[in-house]
Amino acid sequence: MALIRLVDLRKSYRVGDVTVHALRGLSLDVERGSFVCVVGASGSGKSTLMNVLGLLDRPTSGHYFLEGEDVSGFDKDRRAHLRNRKIGFVFQNFNLLPRTSALENVELPLLYGGRALPPAERHARARGLLEAVGLGSRLDHTPQQLSGGQQQRVAIARALVNEPELLLADEPTGNLDSRTSVEIMEILQRLVRERGITVVLITHEHDIAEYGTRVVTVRDGRVTSDTPVQNRRDAAAERAALPPLELEVEPEPAEAGVEA
Amino acid sequence: MGGWNILRVALIAIRRNPVRSGLTMLGVIIGVASVIAMVALGSGARASIDEQISSQGVNLIYLSAGSWGRGPGTARGGAGSTTSLTVEDADAVRAQVPLVARVSPGVRGRAQVIAGNQNWNTSIEGGNEEYLEIRSWRVVAGENFTARHVLVADKVCLLGKTVADLLFPGEDPVGQIVRVRNLPFRVIGVLAPKGQGQWGDDQDDIVIAPYTTLQKKLLGITHLNRVTISAVSQDRVEQAAIEITRLMRQRHRITNPDDDDFTVRTVEEMAQTRLDVANTMNSLLMSVASVSLLVGGIGIMNIMLVSVTERTREIGLRLAVGARSRDILSQFLAEAVTLSVFGGLLGIALGIGISETIVRSLGWPMQVTTEAIALAFGFAAAVGVFFGWYPARRAASLDPIDALRYE
Repeated sequence: MALIRLVDLRKSYRVGDVTVHALRGLSLDVERGSFVCVVGASGSGKSTLMNVLGLLDRPTSGHYFLEGEDVSGFDKDRRAHLRNRKIGFVFQNFNLLPRTSALENVELPLLYGGRALPPAERHARARGLLEAVGLGSRLDHTPQQLSGGQQQRVAIARALVNEPELLLADEPTGNLDSRTSVEIMEILQRLVRERGITVVLITHEHDIAEYGTRVVTVRDGRVTSDTPVQNRRDAAAERAALPPLELEVEPEPAEAGVEA
Repeated sequence: MGGWNILRVALIAIRRNPVRSGLTMLGVIIGVASVIAMVALGSGARASIDEQISSQGVNLIYLSAGSWGRGPGTARGGAGSTTSLTVEDADAVRAQVPLVARVSPGVRGRAQVIAGNQNWNTSIEGGNEEYLEIRSWRVVAGENFTARHVLVADKVCLLGKTVADLLFPGEDPVGQIVRVRNLPFRVIGVLAPKGQGQWGDDQDDIVIAPYTTLQKKLLGITHLNRVTISAVSQDRVEQAAIEITRLMRQRHRITNPDDDDFTVRTVEEMAQTRLDVANTMNSLLMSVASVSLLVGGIGIMNIMLVSVTERTREIGLRLAVGARSRDILSQFLAEAVTLSVFGGLLGIALGIGISETIVRSLGWPMQVTTEAIALAFGFAAAVGVFFGWYPARRAASLDPIDALRYE
């Protein structure tokens, strides 16, 4: 059974006097453990697709089956609960809480969803994930003290804290330089490989899409092409091949002093 | 999200912007502090009036000669100015009004009192042997005069504390002689101190003697200025006063109340006037204080609205990771209530401090009551809920997609 099955999804909304048909009968299956990249120009409907997939929005008509259950008619609270349990979000602009430590940012989804985890367990989970994305030494850093790549890694850790089935990444490398982008893609590829997480990544860059297993092109609210990636890029290998940086970026001289 | 987590998230948000949170609380602090201080002032005033009533005797009724009534075309001298009140009236009240417990005929005057080389101008009051009991006045040294002293118009007297201290500094006045208008009086007792009277006068600046003595030997009159009466119990005072009035009209053949040549007043009635003034003043001060609390509440609403706008993205994110509308609502409501409750607590402390300072520096009677504290605190929390509701509602109704995109 496919993790996600979209059947004839339609979504239209009004902007002033104009009715915009963002999705016009879109159908798509996403298998468990796959890494699907959705590409499309702006206005193609890919953002609306993302919102519907992420249960932030409801389709006007059509069906959305998540793990075989039709969730297209779920009300706000049930969608919130599903978002909390089954979906992790990674955004282009990271969306971390300002002036809040990396640890607390990662713990955020654990505060919701009707579960009362003891603080010690919340900390342990968040710490484990931050270590997994290579930020074990920056648990107490606030977003302002982290580079863009580091912030995005915190966001990925946050997306994973509830062990979701699905990770939705909306232009996750849009604000990052190419080297950091490779690092982020390496983490996503590793998640799919090692944890069996399903990733749906939205991008307008075709070369980023080639890190996935499948590229779905959206245009005018429909899927216009859906092809497996032939020569899949391997982010880990690419990063290893990159020339080493002149010096490791350490924004805090105090910490460097302690280590030296 | 559990209650503890809601509070924790609220505290984190408040701490994230300490200056703004402090300024927001300041409004509530000032509001609550002024409510506490104003209520303290009011309760203090009431308590001191109550104390004065009980110091005079709660069952007390004064029947005075003359009237405050304003009849057409008649010039009136006010209470105490006519000679129509007699001992027979007093006896009639005692005999014919069953609600009356004790009756003391009374006369009053002012006189220069001399003892040795000391002298002092004071007021001199005459009563019978029951007068002290009616006024719940104790004798601390020596003893009260007796019915026999009254009957024979003996020249004995009791000194108020002030007079005793002035005329006999460091001496025991009992048994000594004082001269009142050249008439020698033997001091047979000293009265317990009573403190300030209703009008701020010194109740202890007094000499009390049998009324018969004053009538015959000092003032040369046969009428009375006033009859002091006690009712059988506090709740019968009103009824007793009505019956005394009726009896007096009958005795003096008065049909029109405007023609009254006497005045019946109860201590409660007199105190009531002052209580009314105190209450009016208090309500006025309270409403001013409440306005500042209200302004404090509006301050909270204002800041919360700014905060909601500023944190739109945060709200969007919280919604995206699984917060329900009601989680967001309770978070922002908790922030507003926490601000107002903290402000309330600090305001209570400040209010108590202000009250203490006023008591110490100005000597005004002030009473910080538990009710006032509970009231101010409840009011502050209610302000938080009331003014926090709208911003919280606004935060909770945000659409996650729009909120996440908000710049």
